[in-house]
Amino acid sequence: MDKELDIIIIGGGIVGTAIARELSRYQLDVALVEKESDVGWGTTKANSAIVHTGYDPKPGTLMAKLNVQGARLFPSVCEELDVPYKRLGSLVLTPDEEGFKVLEDLKEKGKINGVTNLEIIKQEKLFDLEPNLSRDIKGALWVKDTAITSPVELAIAFRENAQENGVRFILDTTVVGFDLEGKRIKSVKTDKGSIRAKWVINAGGVYSDDIARLAGDDSFSITPVKGEYALFDKEIGSLVRRVIFPLPTETTKGILVLPTVDGNLLVGPNEHITTKDDTNVTEEGLKQVISFVKREVPSLPLNMIITVFAGLRAKELNRKDFVIEPSPVVENLINVGGIQSPGLSSAPAIAIYVAEILKDRGVELNKKKHFIPERKAIPRFANLSWEERTKLIAKDPSYGEIICRCEYVTVGEIVEAVRRGANTLDGIKFRTRAGSGRCQGGFCGPRLIPLLSQLLEISPEEITKKGKESRLVIGETKR
Amino acid sequence: MKEIKTDIVVIGGGPAGLAAALRSGEAGANVILVERDFELGGILNQCIHTGFGLSLLGVELTGPEYAETFIEKVLSLSNVKVLLSTMVLDIKEKTVYGVNKKDGVVAIKAGAIVLSMGCRERTRGALGIPGERPAGIYTAGSAQRLINIEGLMPGKRIVVLGSGDIGMIMARRLLLEGAEVLGVLEKLPYPGGLTRNVVQCLEDFGIPLYLNHTITEIRGKYRVEGVIAENLLTKERFSMDVDTILLSVGLIPENELSKKIGVRLDPRTGGPIVDQYRETNVDGVFACGNVLQVHDLVDEVTRESYIAGEGAIRYISGKRRVEGIINLRPGENIRYIVPQRLSLPVDSPPYIYFRPQEPFVNCQIIGKSNGREFTLGSYEYARPGEMIKLRLKRELLDSSLDIEVSLVGEKE
Ligand SMILES: Cc1cc2nc3c(=O)[nH]c(=O)nc-3n(C[C@H](O)[C@H](O)[C@H](O)COP(=O)(O)OP(=O)(O)OC[C@H]3O[C@@H](n4cnc5c(N)ncnc54)[C@H](O)[C@@H]3O)c2cc1C
Ligand SMILES: Cc1cc2nc3c(=O)[nH]c(=O)nc-3n(C[C@H](O)[C@H](O)[C@H](O)COP(=O)(O)OP(=O)(O)OC[C@H]3O[C@@H](n4cnc5c(N)ncnc54)[C@H](O)[C@@H]3O)c2cc1C
Repeated sequence: MDKELDIIIIGGGIVGTAIARELSRYQLDVALVEKESDVGWGTTKANSAIVHTGYDPKPGTLMAKLNVQGARLFPSVCEELDVPYKRLGSLVLTPDEEGFKVLEDLKEKGKINGVTNLEIIKQEKLFDLEPNLSRDIKGALWVKDTAITSPVELAIAFRENAQENGVRFILDTTVVGFDLEGKRIKSVKTDKGSIRAKWVINAGGVYSDDIARLAGDDSFSITPVKGEYALFDKEIGSLVRRVIFPLPTETTKGILVLPTVDGNLLVGPNEHITTKDDTNVTEEGLKQVISFVKREVPSLPLNMIITVFAGLRAKELNRKDFVIEPSPVVENLINVGGIQSPGLSSAPAIAIYVAEILKDRGVELNKKKHFIPERKAIPRFANLSWEERTKLIAKDPSYGEIICRCEYVTVGEIVEAVRRGANTLDGIKFRTRAGSGRCQGGFCGPRLIPLLSQLLEISPEEITKKGKESRLVIGETKR
Repeated sequence: MKEIKTDIVVIGGGPAGLAAALRSGEAGANVILVERDFELGGILNQCIHTGFGLSLLGVELTGPEYAETFIEKVLSLSNVKVLLSTMVLDIKEKTVYGVNKKDGVVAIKAGAIVLSMGCRERTRGALGIPGERPAGIYTAGSAQRLINIEGLMPGKRIVVLGSGDIGMIMARRLLLEGAEVLGVLEKLPYPGGLTRNVVQCLEDFGIPLYLNHTITEIRGKYRVEGVIAENLLTKERFSMDVDTILLSVGLIPENELSKKIGVRLDPRTGGPIVDQYRETNVDGVFACGNVLQVHDLVDEVTRESYIAGEGAIRYISGKRRVEGIINLRPGENIRYIVPQRLSLPVDSPPYIYFRPQEPFVNCQIIGKSNGREFTLGSYEYARPGEMIKLRLKRELLDSSLDIEVSLVGEKE
């Protein structure tokens, strides 16, 4: 790329994509660089997917401020971008009488942070709300505005909308260094060549400190803290109807059980300091999360796990807060690091905050005349009524051909996902849910490979699960 | 929405659905057979090895050949209509809702329903195998489809986890396709599938079978780069340099539709609880084939499905009456029994199908009712991987009280 860009964003997680969409409102030349083949495949694809209200972060921190603001923006963002958002409410449980004191403190903290709609409830009401909880639980803090969403879908929606408004997405491209001129970055070096830009925004998730260090900035440091999860079959998706938390500790909100927007049940995460490439799920980890939740929800059936996964929190252990600031060393670098939980909830507010930093630094933010705020999701056959299905198939018969038997995904949806940029099995899965049901792609996998090969006009050997070396087949059989 | 009325609707066009449609069609009923794939035959289409039909047809055929025998007969009946590429998504009372490209949504209102949707494979998630989640992990049946239908090779160096029949068959298939098969790991002390497959697929080809072994970790971020295997007896661990893992760790009857209309399932089989006509607890709803119990031999699937087809005919012609129920209970050393109950009156003592809990030698099958015991059969070997079928004795039915079937013998 020869021309100098106004802004380059490094990292296509929820934070990078939210910033891209925010900046796409303005007359700026913006590109986003992501090392994976798609957006949202870092921490953004492996978390609890909760839009926290913000009662929990320490008052006065950036985290407290952006969480509360982000949570307020969330419903309208999801509405504009046609992404699932469900206000379920959450319950913080106490197993004993002493715990009520902690709940009172939480409620108080919530008040200071500006969170309303909090109520402390006793057993009778609690079991009314959640009949499957253990009778040993004594009460709970009911946070009525807690919501859940679909983080990868949101990242995809941010990408599609930003793209429509002119942002370029450069995928499968890793930032490996910078060309510096004095205290300024002149260009960003990637494994596929250099890109010149006036401003660089570092939203590299767990790698954000390493990226800053490539420019000579070691002002913050990230410790990756792993959280492991088990996802359960939809059949037991309503074992709990709200997000269920234990009493929080100093460092964590604890191991949870909650419904997902797709109707499954999610259990996790635990907490282990690890390395930045370790998303391994361990036997002990799984046992730990399940045995913990079993105490709260004794009837959790162990034979209904459909998959396991793990995500990495990007923690800045010294500051214990988000690091969103101009680099103290490099003039045109803005760090957006240490975005641990509640980073998802805060993302829409983080994006606005970053735009303000740019403005403070003298970047002119002139609104585009023809900014398009809306984006429509791919029609989801499974969620339509019989009449809507009939109409859709009449218009496009490929919506009458089901390819994922568990989630009822049609060929029409796959075609549309590819049109919008999906080029891997995981890309298809996150856009349509094909392969994320109880058979985990056993049925659609072998059928999707030839279909993708045809749609993308590449050979089956070139089709991957998630880019790079993740090839699905090695070639043709002898016959 | 296109609305159709018929006497009997059969869901699933594998060997089970074909046999049920054939039997009820031959009896003159109007039948609609609904299949989600573009062709009839079910799982048989990807089973290009021989080993089908010996007991029922007296010849050894490949899967597709066996299916073809029945497809031809079904298609020759003008009162049986086949809807291909049509997936059933919902059932409400006796109306079955499907979708396809041509008609859009089809609602079929029927007098009786036969469930013959087959089964799906257990996956890695169901086992909770720890480690990374790279490409190169396939269930054995998916790999079979990939190789035999799509003509694509999943990998070069293979380990098979679980010694189910499909896993053993695929170990051989991959070897013949030029892959290196490092072994089949089985966590139990005995193989999960048929003895015939242990001999013909593994031993004859020098593929090692590691009993009492499992995989404790999967390596590789993008593509499988190896596994850690563990000997469960000695706790010894070793790594295996593979790029592909095939899972053959069990089949689960596909009963999501059945549950929607309130069909009760037997936790031991994962399939519906049925009587000797293969009728479920829901009036006029029948089940047969792998959706009812996971079979090892297609011949028995066909036989069982004839019974369901006849049952559906009996139901729509108003001849069915139920004057009482006898429950059949698995006793000592018996994993499950199908049918789970008998509707009275019982015309002639029916066949029952069951599997032992573990492998036994020199054993006898005992039926007990009302304090009386009868020996129903004697076997030199009884193994969980091989379904046993025998006929109940008239005397057991005399009292109209529940019957318990158990096995006595020496552990193998
Ligand atoms: C277990 C767990 C549970 C959580 N639960 C919640 C919750 O319920 N609610 C909530 O609000 N928050 C939650 N969070 C926090 C939330 O998930 C994160 O804050 C958020 O996903 C961070 O997004 P990100 O964009 O900063 O990081 P990421 O999603 O990791 O994105 C960073 C991106 O940068 C890319 N990248 C890195 N290096 C390079 C490079 N050199 N070149 C190019 N690209 C690069 C990566 O590939 C990646 O896609 C949770 C986190 C964890 C781990
Ligand atoms: C790999 C393998 C190897 C085998 N090897 C042998 C062997 O060597 N010898 C032997 O005798 N037996 C063998 N068997 C056993 C035997 O073939 C099976 O038990 C038999 O095919 C089961 O028949 P079925 O009709 O119940 O199920 P299937 O063959 O699975 O048929 C079920 C059908 O229902 C359709 N269906 C499901 N849901 C829906 C829906 N919602 N709407 C519409 N259609 C639907 C499916 O597409 C499928 O066509 C083998 C089985 C397997 C899996």
